[in-house]
Parts: sequence; C-alpha cells; structure tokens
Amino acid sequence: MVALIVNGKAHQLDIEPETPLLWVLRDELGLTGTKFGCGIAQCGACTVHVNGDATRSCSVQVGDVDGAKITTIEGLSADASHPVQKAWLAEDVPQCGYCQSGQIMAAVAFLAQTPNPTDADIDDTITNICRCGTYPRIRAAIHRAAAAMKG
Amino acid sequence: MTVMQQTLSRLSRRRFLIVSASAAGGLAVGFAMPAAADTGPVSAEPWDEISKGQEVNAWLVIEPDDTVVIRVAKSEMGEGIFTSLPMIVAEELGCDWSKVKAEYASANRNVRESNIYQRMGTGGSSSVRRSREYLQQAGASARVRLIRAAAAKWNVPAESCSVKDGQVIHAAGNQSLGFGALAADAAKITLDAEPAIKTPDQFTLIGRPLARLDTAPKLDGSAKFGIDTRLPDMLYAAVVTCPVFGGGVKSYDDSPIKGKRGIVTIVPIPGGLAVVADRFWRAKEAALALKVDWTEGPAAKTDSAQFAAEYRAALDGDFKVATQDGDVAAGLDTGKKVELLYEVPYLAHAPMEPLNCTAHVQADRVDIWMGTQDAGGALARAAKTAGIAPEKVYVHNCFLGGGFGRRAINDELEQAVIVSKAVGKPVKLVWTREEDIRHDRYRPQAAIRFQAALADDGTVNALHARTAVGSIQRSLGVSDVPSGVEPSAVEGLANLPYKVGALEVDCILKNTHVPVMFWRSVGSSQNAFAMESFIDELAHAAGQDPYRYRRRLLEGKADFLAVLDKLAAAGDWGKPMPKGSGRGIAIHESFGTIVGEIVEAAVDAKGQLKVERVVAAVDCGHVVNPLTVAMQIESGVVYGLSAALFGAINIKDGAVVEGNFDQYQVARMADTPPIETHLVLSGGSKWGGIGEPGTPPIAPALCNAIFAATGKRIRSLPIMNTDLSGTT
Repeated sequence: MVALIVNGKAHQLDIEPETPLLWVLRDELGLTGTKFGCGIAQCGACTVHVNGDATRSCSVQVGDVDGAKITTIEGLSADASHPVQKAWLAEDVPQCGYCQSGQIMAAVAFLAQTPNPTDADIDDTITNICRCGTYPRIRAAIHRAAAAMKG
Repeated sequence: MTVMQQTLSRLSRRRFLIVSASAAGGLAVGFAMPAAADTGPVSAEPWDEISKGQEVNAWLVIEPDDTVVIRVAKSEMGEGIFTSLPMIVAEELGCDWSKVKAEYASANRNVRESNIYQRMGTGGSSSVRRSREYLQQAGASARVRLIRAAAAKWNVPAESCSVKDGQVIHAAGNQSLGFGALAADAAKITLDAEPAIKTPDQFTLIGRPLARLDTAPKLDGSAKFGIDTRLPDMLYAAVVTCPVFGGGVKSYDDSPIKGKRGIVTIVPIPGGLAVVADRFWRAKEAALALKVDWTEGPAAKTDSAQFAAEYRAALDGDFKVATQDGDVAAGLDTGKKVELLYEVPYLAHAPMEPLNCTAHVQADRVDIWMGTQDAGGALARAAKTAGIAPEKVYVHNCFLGGGFGRRAINDELEQAVIVSKAVGKPVKLVWTREEDIRHDRYRPQAAIRFQAALADDGTVNALHARTAVGSIQRSLGVSDVPSGVEPSAVEGLANLPYKVGALEVDCILKNTHVPVMFWRSVGSSQNAFAMESFIDELAHAAGQDPYRYRRRLLEGKADFLAVLDKLAAAGDWGKPMPKGSGRGIAIHESFGTIVGEIVEAAVDAKGQLKVERVVAAVDCGHVVNPLTVAMQIESGVVYGLSAALFGAINIKDGAVVEGNFDQYQVARMADTPPIETHLVLSGGSKWGGIGEPGTPPIAPALCNAIFAATGKRIRSLPIMNTDLSGTT
C-alpha cells in the first residue's frame, strides 16, 4: 500500500510501488488535468508539486513519494483564482491547452523560489515544451503574476 | 470584471460524464449537471450538447435566458475556431456576445442529415475562409426569423423591427423581446428566400480582438482531451508496431507478461499488437516486455543517407513539368548563372497530446471519444472498421492536444475500434511518445534544385526549379497522381510571385517506405525554405540588398509590396547590428495569405546561435479575430523554428531513429524570441487562412539572418547539423 495526500485528501492505494506518480493521479484518482506527454521527464506536461517542489510526475515512482503531499492543477486553487492562473487568462496564453497544466504548475513553483524573475531566469527554469508555441505569452504571464503576487 | 473572469468561477462546478448501458444494450450517454445552466461559454466536455433550448437551425440553439449556443463543425486544436466561427454566426445574429456558448456539431447528424454541417475536416487553414459565408447565412437566417416572430407577436411590419444585443426591438412601438422568448416561434418560420449577408464594411463584431471562449477550462485542468476520457468498465490498451513501416508480426512470445497484474489480453492490430489491461501503465509496460519477431521486409536495409542520395539523384531523372512560362533553357544561357541545391528531412508532427482513441463497439452502435481533425472522416473509418452503418457511429470530438495535420488521418481510431470489438468493452488506446514519433506520417523529405540566370542589373532572365519529393496522395492511397504533379509538392514554387523572364518548375514524385502526410503548411514548409533562401542568394549574387531586391522583383504586386514595406519598417531593416548579428528576411504566400518575416539572430564565437527577435507582417485580407490571428502567427513561427533549428527524422535499418523529445528536439522557452505581428490587410474579396502561413517564412528568414551574421549559407536543414563555430 502507498499513502498519498493529494490536494489535501488522503489516499491509501493498492498499487505497484514502481508505478509512475502520473498514472496514479490520472488512472487511479481520476485527476486528468495532469497530462502525459513524453514519459521521460522531457516535456513537463505532467508537472505537479511534491511537497511544494515542481516535479515531473511521469518519472517519479509512487513508492518513492509514499506519504508525500501532492498538489495537482485541480488543487492549485478553487475557481482558478491563483495569481498565475489569472495571469494566464489576462495574457491569453492557451492555444490547444494540453501543456498548460504543467506550465502553470512549473510557473507557480518557480515564482515561489524566484519572486522577481528575469527573462534569463525564466529561460533557465521554465523548460516545459509547448508545441503551439505559447512561450512568449507564458513569459509575459509569469512577469504579470510576479508583479501581482508582490501585491 | 470580464466575461471570462466571471465564467472562470463557475467552472469549478464541473459536470461529469455518466455512461450506463441501457436495458436494450445500447449506450445511454448523459451528463450529471450539478449546475446545468451555470457553465462557462465552452464546456470542459465540448461534445456534450449543452444546448437544452430551442434549436432555430442546425447551427444554433437559443435558451430561454437568451443564451445562444453556436455549433462548431470544425476541430479546436489551438487555432481558435471555437471563438472565431461563433463570432461569424453572432455577427449576423445580433446576439449578446457575453451570452454565446460554443459546442461541437454532431458528425453523426451530419451523416443523417445530408452534410448539414458541410465538410467537418479541419485543415488547409480553411475553417474561416471556407465556412464564413454559410455561417453568416445561418446567423442571418435566424435573425430574420426572430424578427418575424416578434413582428407577428406585435402585429407590426417586420421591416419596422431590428435586433440589438439579443433583443428584437420595435422602436416605434417602444417594444422589445429577448431572443429566448422568440426562439420557439422563430423555429417554425420558413423563409421564401435567404436574406443577404453582411459585407465586411458592415461588420461590428468581426474584427474585434475578443478573448477566446475556451481559455477558462484550459487553466484549471478541466478541459477534456481525448486522452482524458474515462468510462465505466473501461479497459486500456498500449500498442507495439513493427519498427519498419509496412512490416508486421511474424511471431511473439508473451511469457514475459504472463501472470502480470491487470493484463487482460493481446489483440492483433495492423502491423502490430495491442496489449489490453485494466490500467494504461500496466498495458504499456507489458507491451514493451513482449518479445516480438517482426517481418520487416526489404525496407529494413534503408537509411537516411541513402534516401538523401536517391533524392539528389532523382533530380537528374524523369520529371513532369508543373509550370512553364517562356523559354527557360534559352534564358539560362544568358547572364550570370547561379545553381544551388536545398535539402530537407522527414519531420514528425509531435503534437503535445500523444495519439489516443477511446472506442466502445457494440452490436448496434459505436462510440468514439478522441481529438480528431476530421470528425466526419473518423466516423467513416470507425464504421468501416467496425462493419456498421455510419448512422450508428457517434464521434464525441474532444479538445485536440495539438494537430498540425497529424490528427487528420486517425490510425489510432482503427486500432481502438479493433481492440474494443475484440474485447467487447470500451477501450482507451494510447500511444507512447515513442510510438508517436516512430509511427507518424511525416513531412516528406525533399531535394530542391534551382538554376537561375541574372542580367547585369540583377533581374532574373530565367528561373528553373525542380523538386524531388514524396507524394502525400500516393502515400495515403487516395490517388496515384497520374499526372505526376501533386499540387502540394510544388506549392510555393509553381506560384512564384517574383517577376522572372522565363520560369519552369518540375516535379518528381518519389516515395520511400516512410509514410508522408500534411505537416503544418505542407509543401510550403520545404518550398518556402528553398525559394526564399535562393532569392536571398540571388540578391547577394546581384550585389543588392535582399529587401530591395525582392521589392524590385515584386513590382506591380501591391499586396506583396505592402507586406514587405510594413515588414521592413517594423523590423528595422537596414539599421546597423553588432558584429556577429544579422537580420534575415523572407516572404511567402500560402493558403491565400502573404506573410513576411524578419529574424534577428546572433552567433557567438563558439557557434552558439541565438534567435533574438521575429517580426511578422501578414495580409490575410480580412480578420475575424486579431487576437487569435496574432496567436496563430506566433504559433506558426515557433513550430517552424523547431523544425528549422532541430527537426529531423532519421531512418536507420528502415526504422525511425528518434523516439522522444530528447532526440527529436523542439523549441523551448529559451529558444523562442519575442514575436511581433503586424496586420497589413488588403481587404476586398480576399479571405486568407491563418493556421499555417506563419510557418513557411521562418526557416529561410532565419537562415538568411545567419548568413548576414556569419557569411555562411545553410542549404540543408536542420540548422543544428551545421557547425557555426568560428564564423563570427
């Protein structure tokens, strides 16, 4: 059995410990906002927070995060009210939208570490792939969210 | 607070899908709606027919509270048609935009009602330009019928009534009624003749940069893509297919997966096997563990170097003339001769959402959940595969996690239908990224050779272009292309905008065993690279500025010149740049739209390339939504940038070498410059596409910028294969 606290809710799961966290979230818990993109931690579509850290859940075995607190896009805020989500709305970021859960989760963790990011900081840390090419709008939204979070 | 912000808060109370088998064995699909009337403008499940009100015509439903649900018969893959197409209907209807919702039109109904939704395939940058008139007509027809319904209620002439913001108004009588109160009567009214539709000078909604209707569910994880489908009693499938295209299974050993948890069965599919399990991860691990002996065939001896040599050699073999204007042979005997070869590799589409399909095949009904660029084609393929009448197939199109052409032909659907039929249950079949990269239908590899002769003043006496490239139509089996000239193979060459003394464009269709298909901008993706690189080389050979040289050869083409001049001004053409930096320019017309792009690039002493800025100027005639147009140019630029910098599918032993994003690299944040879009709209009768035309100019503009910075020409893509160290 593996224990997880996902978006504040405790789960006990009868699951092979080597199962990637991504598939536990999606197929066991039905939290499909976290996406499968590559399976090898390259694209970041599966980014969630594990004890607050941005983590590519496709490449983390659930047995290795036994007891951890997990936050997914569904648990980021009630009513999409997180400043990063609001910035994404204001900058009209999403196109197809598939990578955006991971992009938002990566940006939230990044801003917690780097509240005043430069463009170079964003280049270095926000490495998630978007095939629609929303990067310029993601960059603008990160700056907007940073300003909003400073209040 | 904007409408979108208001609706954001409502979306947390999401509806969810309930599926239950009916007593008759059919599938009853319904939705639990804790807040049925309180959803956003686009449901997280866009197929769910949120419309509960009065259908006025097949395109729109009006609810009692004046909400207007507009049906979209194209696929939303990021290009924004869930916003732009409803805007076209709403323009004529005169409704309150804040009360507009969008949902997918039913492909099943399209079959049952003689193509009432016209062609549902989404590609060729055609959604707005090919459906605008009938969508305007649908809105206009509904408006006139709503007016007549109100006029009859008030017993006044219809001519004395008008519409505004979802109300029919009779000003003289100081009366008004909302559309919701009139919809039932309007639906019963038939018109003797359809009303005239607005001309662009009358538009009030079209042309405004309205926020997309589908943003909210894409910010909180609620937007449902095909891969997110969950059905009661659903099984999962993962596939393994022969690494060499066209091959199949000789034999396999399933002992490594015997007794593994959750494994249900193995089902043969074309060219491979599907492993079915109770969870996807278990199915995928089992599929990888199977020991399969493949029948690979003679193609297993091929590789990319051989293909490149064959395409080059083909340029000296048999060809068909696609375009001929004047005596090219004579013209090439005059003046200064320039002859150059350009080469491009196969490219994968690699949309973010790996291909997947959920199928539920029953005796009297087939249900499909997936993201497809062609709901009609998907329906037909499901019917054929399942052996059932098309009227009994229901395609629940989802949001597409990227398309770029890949989701136009749904191989994954055929697999899912076969597997569901075999196991008698709903099955979600998902490809791994490796399957996606290694079993795509690729942008064709090509070799393109130019010969030109320049007069003393640099003008072109003659230009001869010849391409050797794979035929998409032959690869898809839709046509043998008996003429030997495929329009997409020569698009961007045969329609040369530049003034030349004589022109000949030749086509050599040559396929390998590697399947090819439409890839964002299709033939223009390689032909614009070749053509706009070559024109730049001609400018250099003539000792002229690349912008002014193009300008001179485009004399008399007002639309091209307007784009070019706006581009040069906005892109600071001619302004000095530091050592190691340069600007490149390219202009190309595709899908009815002219796009010019200027790239600023810098190359350091180690050969490290940095793309610093992209400026685009666009003439698509008219725009429905400037916001989604700008987003599509940005998207097209980044997509083309990925291919220009890194894109290559290599073949070894007949199979694709690259398997995932570590090998098939794509542009990321750090690779992406600021991108500016400037609209230079020529109006008139021109309505150009926008999903693809941003892509073709970026590779040549970037390569021309690298030349300006370094003096080194890149004539073979991707750029990463060229060592730029020591060039600056």
